[in-house]
Amino acid sequence: MFPPIPNPPVAPTSPGFSDKDLIRRSASSVPAPATRQTEVAKLIDVSKCIGCKACQAACIEWNDTHQAIGVNVGVYDNPADLTPEMFTLMRFSEWENPQTNNLEWLIRKDGCMHCEDPGCLKACPAPGAIVQYANGIVDFVHDNCIGCGYCVKGCPFDIPRISKVDHKAYKCTLCSDRVAVGQGPACQKACPTQAIVFGTKDEMKEWADFRIKDLKSRGFENAGLYDPPGVGGTHVMYVLHHADKPEIYANLPRNPTISPLVELWKGVGKYVGLGVMGLAAAAAVVHHLVAGANRVSPEDEANAEKLTEGRHS
Amino acid sequence: MTNSWTDIRNTDLVVIMGGNAAEAHPCGFKWVTEAKANRGAKLIVVDPRFNRSASVADFYAPIRQGTDIAFLLGLINYCMLNDKVQWDYVKTFTNASFLVKEGFTYRDGLFTGYDEQKRDYDRATWEYEIGPDGYAAVDETLQHPRSVWTLLKQHVAMYTPELVERICGTPRDKFLAVAQMVSECSSPTKTMTSMYALGWTQHSKGSQNIRTMAMLQLILGNIGVRGGGMNALRGHSNIQGLTDVGLLSNSLPGYMNLATDREPDLAAYMSTRGFRPLRPNQTSYWQNYRKFLVSFLKSMWGPAATAQNDFGFDWLPKLDVPNYDILRAFELMKQGKMTAYLCQGFNPLQAFPNKAKLVEGLSKLKLLVVMDPLETETARFWENHGIYNDVDTAAIQTEVIQLPTTCFAEDEGALVNSGRWLQWHWPGGTPPGEAQPDTWIMAQIHLRLKALYRTEGGAFPDPILNLHWPYKDPGLPTPEELTKEMNGYIVADVPDPADPAKKLLEAGKQVANFGQLRDDGSTACGCWIFAGSFTEAGNMMARRDNADPDDTGAYPNWSFSWPANRRILYNRASADINGKPWDPSRKLLEWDGQRWTGYDVPDIAPNAKPRDVGPFIMNAEGVGRLFARGMMRDGPFPVHYEPFESPVANVIAPKVRGNPVARVFADDFAQFADVASPEFPYAATSYRLTEHFHYWTKNNHVNAVLQPEFFVEISEELAKEKGVAKGGWVRVWSKRGSVFAKAVVTKRIKPMICDGKTIHIVGIPIHWGFVGAAKKGFPANVLTPFVGDANIETPEFKAFLVNLEASTGPASV
Repeated sequence: MFPPIPNPPVAPTSPGFSDKDLIRRSASSVPAPATRQTEVAKLIDVSKCIGCKACQAACIEWNDTHQAIGVNVGVYDNPADLTPEMFTLMRFSEWENPQTNNLEWLIRKDGCMHCEDPGCLKACPAPGAIVQYANGIVDFVHDNCIGCGYCVKGCPFDIPRISKVDHKAYKCTLCSDRVAVGQGPACQKACPTQAIVFGTKDEMKEWADFRIKDLKSRGFENAGLYDPPGVGGTHVMYVLHHADKPEIYANLPRNPTISPLVELWKGVGKYVGLGVMGLAAAAAVVHHLVAGANRVSPEDEANAEKLTEGRHS
Repeated sequence: MTNSWTDIRNTDLVVIMGGNAAEAHPCGFKWVTEAKANRGAKLIVVDPRFNRSASVADFYAPIRQGTDIAFLLGLINYCMLNDKVQWDYVKTFTNASFLVKEGFTYRDGLFTGYDEQKRDYDRATWEYEIGPDGYAAVDETLQHPRSVWTLLKQHVAMYTPELVERICGTPRDKFLAVAQMVSECSSPTKTMTSMYALGWTQHSKGSQNIRTMAMLQLILGNIGVRGGGMNALRGHSNIQGLTDVGLLSNSLPGYMNLATDREPDLAAYMSTRGFRPLRPNQTSYWQNYRKFLVSFLKSMWGPAATAQNDFGFDWLPKLDVPNYDILRAFELMKQGKMTAYLCQGFNPLQAFPNKAKLVEGLSKLKLLVVMDPLETETARFWENHGIYNDVDTAAIQTEVIQLPTTCFAEDEGALVNSGRWLQWHWPGGTPPGEAQPDTWIMAQIHLRLKALYRTEGGAFPDPILNLHWPYKDPGLPTPEELTKEMNGYIVADVPDPADPAKKLLEAGKQVANFGQLRDDGSTACGCWIFAGSFTEAGNMMARRDNADPDDTGAYPNWSFSWPANRRILYNRASADINGKPWDPSRKLLEWDGQRWTGYDVPDIAPNAKPRDVGPFIMNAEGVGRLFARGMMRDGPFPVHYEPFESPVANVIAPKVRGNPVARVFADDFAQFADVASPEFPYAATSYRLTEHFHYWTKNNHVNAVLQPEFFVEISEELAKEKGVAKGGWVRVWSKRGSVFAKAVVTKRIKPMICDGKTIHIVGIPIHWGFVGAAKKGFPANVLTPFVGDANIETPEFKAFLVNLEASTGPASV
């Protein structure tokens, strides 16, 4: 058993990190000092997950979201996709292993991966709407969000969702509020089988090694850790029985990377981009006041189209 | 459970069959993941569906629902043929060597003594041969033609892998792979645990499903050891407590039973409950029955229970039928013979079979009282909800009274978990509105009835008027008062026989354990197996010390485990005939030459010499039973019987329909689909989903989000055959009713080949109704047949027949 995180003390404690501990801030620079803290990570062991959805329930409860009651669309995934009110989702895949001819029911908890090199943050044109804390957590600051949807387009995992109610982007926060006071995320606390564990990134890698050894002893010779280098590694990692085929887990990307257009935009085009961003932000405010809906300039829209290559439907 | 949840982490092999622990017991399932992660334990799942447990299993084998006994007898046969038997255990700790009476036979699915008219057996020959010494005769070589071992060997010989495949649809190679893994646990240093639940109980032969696995576990030497056992995963947090305190209609607390009307007085009742040992030196602990019964009667009627009046034995109800189970209750309502129904914490309109019959029964009641923390379908049975409850409200004259109760999170008290732990809990919230604890409601009913009897008299007022009611506030007995009463207390001083100046027991004190109970009225005890839970030392159920010396998984000072804080039942069997642990690395108890020592409270007298006294002290033989004598209505050995609604005839006994001694009411028989009916060609089964708890959580928004809408599961093959699209509508109907559902089309259900015939499986989750936050839907019991297990009447929810077609859905949706 991975040592459980003790309950918090009754007396209030000061948070372990806050908005003074940022290492990245969208469309802006980080005020000094930006010293790195110990990196944290959540490890999702797909081989131990029983798909009970306690993580989803805990996520709704802790974040006090209000997901509507939907319909059955012929699968166990409920709701059918991530939404602005459902930050994490069990995705169930039925896979017939061609080597053994056995059916495997692969259940992957989908949600924000908290990339070390976050595409959402890089794509975000609104200053300070997306931040990365010194421990690696990537968080959305809704007061600064203009709802343009670039984060969706910049995300290699298709995670953020834009609310039709307040026109802001939502995703898993890795329970940054809980982690700040020494707790693990709500999903980890609720998980009955320790398929979700939380700690420092090093601890998680070590624990993953232990698990991978067990899986290999059971014949899963390609068991491994999913910590994709294309995004600098992630602060949410998976143990997969078939790490050589991440795509069988409900299309987990094999080599996720940030679109080169985002990199270009934030590199060479930075100053141009910032100018556009300023206009966009102003336009968004005006639009918001007038129309109640968030819009960005036609140029941004065009840029975004290029970036997305139709990947977000 | 013979063992505890926490003990599962000690196992080498988990067999989940007749249950779906990951789905229905996700929190307890953590101990399976612990065993796998830390001991390298393997997990086998045998189920009609590739379910959530199968998703994390090392091996999965499909089985057609209702054929578990054939599979398990096949495993026993495999072990016997391949010398995969823990011989020392079998020879000394089971009745393998006992001789069965002459005249006992089995042929074509039936044992000696069958009466087709009565659907019952004369069980006279299902007994041991009694020798001239008055004890059961044994042959220690096991070779005697009438030894239990010889008879069992003959009985299981037909259950070859080929026959198993023919009956169960389990491919031969998959069955053999399971058999190989299971049989390895015959080693004294390897153990297997059986985790089962309603997948075994909800059959017309549910008790025998479980018994067959218990026999296999005895043969493998896995009962009484760490990481072994027969582990019933209870479906409600306190359903273990329900049976413990005797809420079944034929039970008394602590697994004593109610008298029948052929037992008019205490002497007649006790005459068949002597429990004389059947072998020399055996404990036969039920010899103390009279102490437990008299102490129970004293707790019921206090000073009014005296030796002169048989301690109030006459005031106990006497049964005129084997039991008044819920199926019988609804049959009696339908016949107009039961006219009032007090329904406490129970939603039978969803939870019992054949909804149409249930509605008919409830509609004929004069009075229905529902005590529940939630709105239930039962309380609203008279409301018209369109296709979901299409009743003629104006025609129903039943008076319905709803009494809102507190829920567990608003109460104080103890719940008994599957592992027999009585865990105290404290209120976490304040009850809303007019909600009252069940204890308040029951007390108020009692006090008002008592007053009515006092003022108006009645046919038989004594049991009510004399009921012992010593609570500080008679209108609201406290959880502490009630549990202290269940623990038991001393009514009158008992002098020490060695020194009459001293008191052995002092009046007014709590009893320390059930060993102190007496049959002379000097002790009172509401439930003898709970003795020790609330003693002079305090409330043992409230203990929360999670220390676990040497990491055995026992946690001896966490809550209280009945009986006597024992964590593993039959634990003396963890050591060999000389008292040495079979597996030193999993030591539980050891004989040190003087007494039993170790990690658990010995399930034997602490000074009982190992070679003299057998480990199964509740049995008069002192050993575990491979042959059940006359204790089971449907046979001393299990037999494969098909469900009453079966897609194929019983290949081993084609003339036998269902379980030959299961009780079936005449009208219900007419509502069964024929065997292999072309009208109802598909084999259906019903089950729970992780996202919901029975019919409660559909009242909760979050749970409703996670599984919003009623669906059925079918294979891709059946979907193709019937033109059903994933997520499309289907209509499913049985001989009793029809439902509309969304279709989950899945690879996890595959057609099976049984006796040469392709059988399609239809899976039906149970959680929807016309009350709650989730979308309105149909409960599975619209479809299910009204028949129960032959021994305990648990309904056959797991195997029945339906038909299915693609549909455009209900018109009103």
